[in-house]
Amino acid sequence: MTSQLKKEDLLRAYRTMREIREFEDRLHIEFATGKIPGFVHLYSGEEAVATGVCMHLTDEDRISSTHRGHGHCIAKGVDIHGMMAEIYGKKTGTCGGKGGSMHIADLEKGMMGANGIVGAGPPLICGAALAAKFKGNGGVGVAFFGDGASNQGTILESMNLASVWKLPVIFLNENNGYAESTGVSYNVPTPNIADRAAGFGMPGVTVDGNDFFAVYEAAGEAIRRARAGEGPTLLECKTQRYFGHFEGDAMTYRPNGESQNLRKTKDCLKIFAEKAIAAGLVTAAELEAIDKEVLALIEDSVVKALAAPKPTAADLLTGVYVSY
Amino acid sequence: MSRKLNYKDAINEALSQEMARDEKVIVIGLDVAGGRGTQGVMDAWGGVLGVTKGLYAKYGDRVMDTPISESAYIGSAVGAAACGMRPVVEMMFADFLGVCFDQLMNQAAKFRYMFGGTAETPVVCRMMYGGGFRGAAQHSQCLYSIFAHIPGLKVVLPSTPAEAKGLLIQSIRDNDPVIFMEHKALYAMKGEVPEESYTIPFGQANIVREGKDVTIVALGRMVHMATQAAASLAKAGIECEVIDPRTISPLDTATIIKSVEKTGRLVVVDESHPRASMAGDISSVVAQEAFGSLKGAIKLVTAPHTPVPFSDVLEDLYLPNAAKIEAAVKAII
Repeated sequence: MTSQLKKEDLLRAYRTMREIREFEDRLHIEFATGKIPGFVHLYSGEEAVATGVCMHLTDEDRISSTHRGHGHCIAKGVDIHGMMAEIYGKKTGTCGGKGGSMHIADLEKGMMGANGIVGAGPPLICGAALAAKFKGNGGVGVAFFGDGASNQGTILESMNLASVWKLPVIFLNENNGYAESTGVSYNVPTPNIADRAAGFGMPGVTVDGNDFFAVYEAAGEAIRRARAGEGPTLLECKTQRYFGHFEGDAMTYRPNGESQNLRKTKDCLKIFAEKAIAAGLVTAAELEAIDKEVLALIEDSVVKALAAPKPTAADLLTGVYVSY
Repeated sequence: MSRKLNYKDAINEALSQEMARDEKVIVIGLDVAGGRGTQGVMDAWGGVLGVTKGLYAKYGDRVMDTPISESAYIGSAVGAAACGMRPVVEMMFADFLGVCFDQLMNQAAKFRYMFGGTAETPVVCRMMYGGGFRGAAQHSQCLYSIFAHIPGLKVVLPSTPAEAKGLLIQSIRDNDPVIFMEHKALYAMKGEVPEESYTIPFGQANIVREGKDVTIVALGRMVHMATQAAASLAKAGIECEVIDPRTISPLDTATIIKSVEKTGRLVVVDESHPRASMAGDISSVVAQEAFGSLKGAIKLVTAPHTPVPFSDVLEDLYLPNAAKIEAAVKAII
């Protein structure tokens, strides 16, 4: 357990993870009602990764996300009401209902967008890091990507470019074991995705992505290196998703009971609570109080999203270009 | 003050003046600084055809060489633009866009709309296009129709050195992603170019030559073919109005329609393939908006629907030229 974290930090980390969990678990239920349009990809199970990384970041730092982006958004401070409304396609959503689940962005929070294209984020975050370098503001960029995306050329090109240009980038691989339905053992011919870092002259680190403290420590070191001008790091967090690739996915490719078993044995929230309580840093009652507040927040966000207005025809043509 | 400059140097001057004016302007691309990593030589190339030569000496690390990895560096330019820089990125040949199309099509072009109007992505992506250099199928394509098809991108086709300078400065100052296409066969073309900095607005066609009998809309290098044809036709008493749209997205449809309403005839000259093309698009606009003014069928002068051939005999047959334009005009007069 890390000594840097004060009680308030631990409670904040727990709250963020709980917000992500409840947001996702609730969306799983809401999607089944048929009122949510389009595709929804849930992050539930991976909360420790987004939280352990983003705890180190300010609004000046940029992240790029994936199609499974809700957790990154919440961890980066994007408004939950705006997110829920966006997922319902409402005018009050983060993107005015034009983005949806896969494109939630909030540039003021340094959240450069969930992304519907696998492997698209790392080049963009290299650019964000380049801008930070020119501005000299000490900002870093974190590119989240999955085990499936790790095989995309864009990611390998970006790792090379970031190393050549010594950019303050963290390539944050969330290895949840499945690229859509295909297992990582088939897709990736090395034991760890982080092994690939050696080919690009940067440190490659693999940690247990279900252990918030392990992620927090490793991300902290990578971000420290980046801010100090020591260049990029590839950090692999091994984790899992509880739900399918998308909502509606029957998960026929997963062994029976795998998800349930993982929830019992690898739940990052349970692991966090056990460790933090055992260390005497927080109490069970404090965490339960957060659980209740978060449940109320998510309930409120669904109620408000359902009641919110949809965009109008006048919104269709706006925002294509800046000047007309 | 005006003096003669070639198209390539006009582009270089536009870049240099904008880099001097705004330190957020950076230049990114293969070999754009030139010679990095090769025995310490710097500024040896300035891009494969030397368009950016000398900029490294003036602006140092704001001129950034890249590995050969278009997705990474064009995407980086897009990301940097979304974070407040004004990158001008060189893709070298338009033909290479296939390896990085996602970053232009799904990222740069979509940010503003998809994020509810909150993002600005002021990136300029420069590239060479066009045939006539025996570059064959993978180094000669025009491909601008593909970009013009995508909402969110602006597409610029300068036809002269002066236009190249003014349109590039406008492109750099524009807050949207701009695809800036430079015809290789124009790089050596000389023309009057003002020394001072100036902009040419997007979406305003240039009436290169006025005429009453036929409207010729020509794109990029084809403006010169059309002007040549118009000069020749004038001797035969046929007065052509030659229009250079300068930007095909946005497209100045008003000027084109007004001209067709005057002349009653339209020839569109486009070096690209005819299917699903700008030539097809412009003729469609006129057919929809000015059908009643037409005195005859619209004619397209384009390359055929084939890849660009290598052999000189075949490429000469492939490319539109003044003789083909004259024949098209005579066929509808």
